[in-house]
Amino acid sequence: MIHKTAPEVGGMGHPIKRKEDLRFIQGKGNYVDDVRLPGMVYGQLVRSPYAHARIKSINTTEAKKLPGVLAIITGEDLAKANLAWMPTLSYDKQMVLATGKVLFQSQEVAFVVAEDRYTTADAAELVEVEYEELPVVVDPHKALDPGAPILRDDREEKTNHIFHWEVGDKQATEQAFQKAPVKAKVQAFFQRCHPAPLETCGCVADFNRATGKLTVYMTSQAPHAHRTVFALVGGIPENNIRVVSPDIGGGFGNKVPVYPGYVCAIVASLTLGVPVKWIETRSENLQSTGFARDYHMTAEIAADRDGKMKALRVKTLADHGAFNAAAQPTKFPAGLFSICTGSYDFPKAFCEVDGVYTNKAPGGIAYRCSFRVTEAAYLIERAVDVLAQELKMDPAEVRRRNFIPADKFPYKCPLGWTYDSGNYEAAMKLALDKIGYEQLRKEQAEKRAKGELMGIGISSFTEIVGAGPAHTFDILGIKMFDSCEIRVHPTGKATARMGTKSQGQGHETTYAQIVAQELGIPAADITVEEGDTDTAPYGLGTYASRSTPTAGAATAMAARKIRDKAKKIAARLLECSEEDLEWEPGKFSVKGAPSKSKTIQEIAFAAYTTVTPGLEAGLEAVDYYDPPNLTFPFGTYVCVVDIDKGTGEVKVRRFLAVDDCGNIINPMIVEGQIHGGLTEGLGIAFMQQIDYDENGNVQGGSFMDYLLPTAVETPHWETDKTCTPSPHHPLGAKGVGESPNVGSPAAFVNAVVDALSHLGVRHIDMPITPWKVWSVLKEKGVTS
Amino acid sequence: MAKKQLVHVKVNGRERQAEVEPRLLLVHFIREVLELTGTHIGCDTSHCGACTVLLNGKTVKSCTIFAVQAEGGEILTVEGLSMNGQLHPLQQGFKEEHGLQCGFCTPGMLLSSYALLQNNPRPSEADIRLGISGNLCRCTGYQNIVKAVQYAANMMAQGGAK
Repeated sequence: MIHKTAPEVGGMGHPIKRKEDLRFIQGKGNYVDDVRLPGMVYGQLVRSPYAHARIKSINTTEAKKLPGVLAIITGEDLAKANLAWMPTLSYDKQMVLATGKVLFQSQEVAFVVAEDRYTTADAAELVEVEYEELPVVVDPHKALDPGAPILRDDREEKTNHIFHWEVGDKQATEQAFQKAPVKAKVQAFFQRCHPAPLETCGCVADFNRATGKLTVYMTSQAPHAHRTVFALVGGIPENNIRVVSPDIGGGFGNKVPVYPGYVCAIVASLTLGVPVKWIETRSENLQSTGFARDYHMTAEIAADRDGKMKALRVKTLADHGAFNAAAQPTKFPAGLFSICTGSYDFPKAFCEVDGVYTNKAPGGIAYRCSFRVTEAAYLIERAVDVLAQELKMDPAEVRRRNFIPADKFPYKCPLGWTYDSGNYEAAMKLALDKIGYEQLRKEQAEKRAKGELMGIGISSFTEIVGAGPAHTFDILGIKMFDSCEIRVHPTGKATARMGTKSQGQGHETTYAQIVAQELGIPAADITVEEGDTDTAPYGLGTYASRSTPTAGAATAMAARKIRDKAKKIAARLLECSEEDLEWEPGKFSVKGAPSKSKTIQEIAFAAYTTVTPGLEAGLEAVDYYDPPNLTFPFGTYVCVVDIDKGTGEVKVRRFLAVDDCGNIINPMIVEGQIHGGLTEGLGIAFMQQIDYDENGNVQGGSFMDYLLPTAVETPHWETDKTCTPSPHHPLGAKGVGESPNVGSPAAFVNAVVDALSHLGVRHIDMPITPWKVWSVLKEKGVTS
Repeated sequence: MAKKQLVHVKVNGRERQAEVEPRLLLVHFIREVLELTGTHIGCDTSHCGACTVLLNGKTVKSCTIFAVQAEGGEILTVEGLSMNGQLHPLQQGFKEEHGLQCGFCTPGMLLSSYALLQNNPRPSEADIRLGISGNLCRCTGYQNIVKAVQYAANMMAQGGAK
């Protein structure tokens, strides 16, 4: 139970307005392209037009002649410094600038530096690269064919196969399938998507030759981890590297990896001794930086005739593109995809994933997602609907019969995770009652009788977030703890710094609320700073909904350390023993004598102005929090769609999201996150795909053809919540940012398939464009 | 390089001039020559609207016109919205209704909303959604932006500001 603070304190649960907004609404944010340093010059990448080709020559003569051009760096130049390749976050390596050959369209081939943006662009046009085209592998299924061209001839293993990963009890699962009277199967492709934050990636690298210090202002969701990578790869002492992540215009996982442009800007600054700015264009962002998903999945459920699930079998082919640049914990080549049993009490399960190389952009990043949980949630929620169709049972009823019961938590699932807490039936009941499910089903039946198409889709997803416990989770060996340092100043105001980095999540407000909750210092008196590695404690950054579960917990723990010290000071000031004191947010008072009290502000002043025997001066603490487990947010989403038979257009009539993310820090911010995540889910379900033609030309490389929902397509979102606190998180919180993006695609698709289920339709792959729906209707003879 | 040309504009009420290359985009002129970095760049194809400013009272995507085309014009950017230290009702609305998260689209959204309210002081939800449909937001799902514009419309109707 969280003690509610006064509104003027603004602790947990208060919908206080955001502290960061004042600068953003006045155009005073400081995004990376706003950083302008004296003597700064500009870099631009020359990219490959081919998906697979040998580089025969690179001629920079004409480009170098252009006045204002300062340097042109090629892969051969980098190779001399042993920097032509860099490690990825998945123990693969990636070319910084191509040497020998290129492996995907838009791959980085050369880096041009000139005095201004426009000259840089002119010079990039003048770099002549001669290519010899090579056979292209686009289809991941064909990547493993005998005789398929081997893409990565740099590797010892002469195959396009990257990894095989499996988890669960294969034999017991097979046996369950042999015995089961009912089997349901779905083949679902979760298409290649891109997070497409509104701000692209970029940096300003500033090497100071006099001091030997390298400062990199960059769009980084994980500034400390990036500093360590730069130190390890570049050989610069880590104490001489400062990474500053300024305001970030959205990340969604796109800004977790290290990209070649950053490395090139750093090399250029080291070479020239001046600051070098590199900012991606939108096309570069979509065509070359971390994509997400691209999972070709098959799920089968074995069940009895009552709909009780007996086993789950999942097989997936993962297309990683030219380099395995998936951003994920080291021990999990398919991320947390093994959460694919979802909200259901499967006795047996088996899951296997194979990763392959193709001639596509590298990635596999966690787009608003805990490392493949989006793919997993989509797959199981689709498969449950297919099972319901097989059984001719209502999809809500199939879910109800198979939910992990609320009294079974903590629950160990057959694929190894221990779910911390949940009450799935309560969330679904609230959602169905609130949307009027029974009435909608009646309406649907009436409409069907009239030949109209209406569908209702349910998604009762379970998430797995907050990576993660040090015994299991690391990235390149660095454990996935996170941190907070709090300094309470003599006048009772405070500064808190974290190892995470907001990209719009509102950390400056929510972390301040945690400190306010724990210390009673008003949130308005607390400044939160992140993103500067010279000042913030080390942490692994913000992605995978991990900020609240890890750094949020660290904030509470650091505040509690401060409170412990404050108690000692209060006991001295009040001339009593610590046992005689009781705490309410903001002050210690003597038990039985409430008029004898000291506020946290008075205690802070005393901490600097008087001496408490046995105590050091000051009032500050740091905490590195290693979570004992992950957290498991969940929810039920219900989507209602109407389909135009003539055009195949799907209109989302209603969408209700019931979320349970445990105890809430700021309900306004949580709701805002849900609106945003649902809108991204809408885009994925209906609009977006980064596809490739047979020559490896990217289709979907600009906003011309990679569509983002506007305010017109976006429906009005309805939200509600249940609250099942995490038993192990110090605040009972779970994390929420990615839930709507994880849970919603299945709700949209289930609604569309539900509208067409009486025609025998079992599945339609995303993106569900009007053309796709119209094609189905035509095939079924519903439209001509 | 083509010969530089002198461009005079009035930006946020202040006369400014500079010699620029004819090919310089208006957005680069605003951000890098005039050093008003509140106007952002989010795409290369005029789709995202992050660079939206008012030129002679009309919204333009400043990444898609040249600075020289603005010669003699009057420009309003996000930096010019607040008056005498007082936030414009739209700015207040975006803060009060949680109409922004990462803040990158916000300046463009504010300017498009400003133009909308100039032409239609009491817009319906559908009017607002259409009015901001040239501006993409990846964070908010637009719902709170709609509320923010309604907040401002109400405030302005009550005489809160022009």
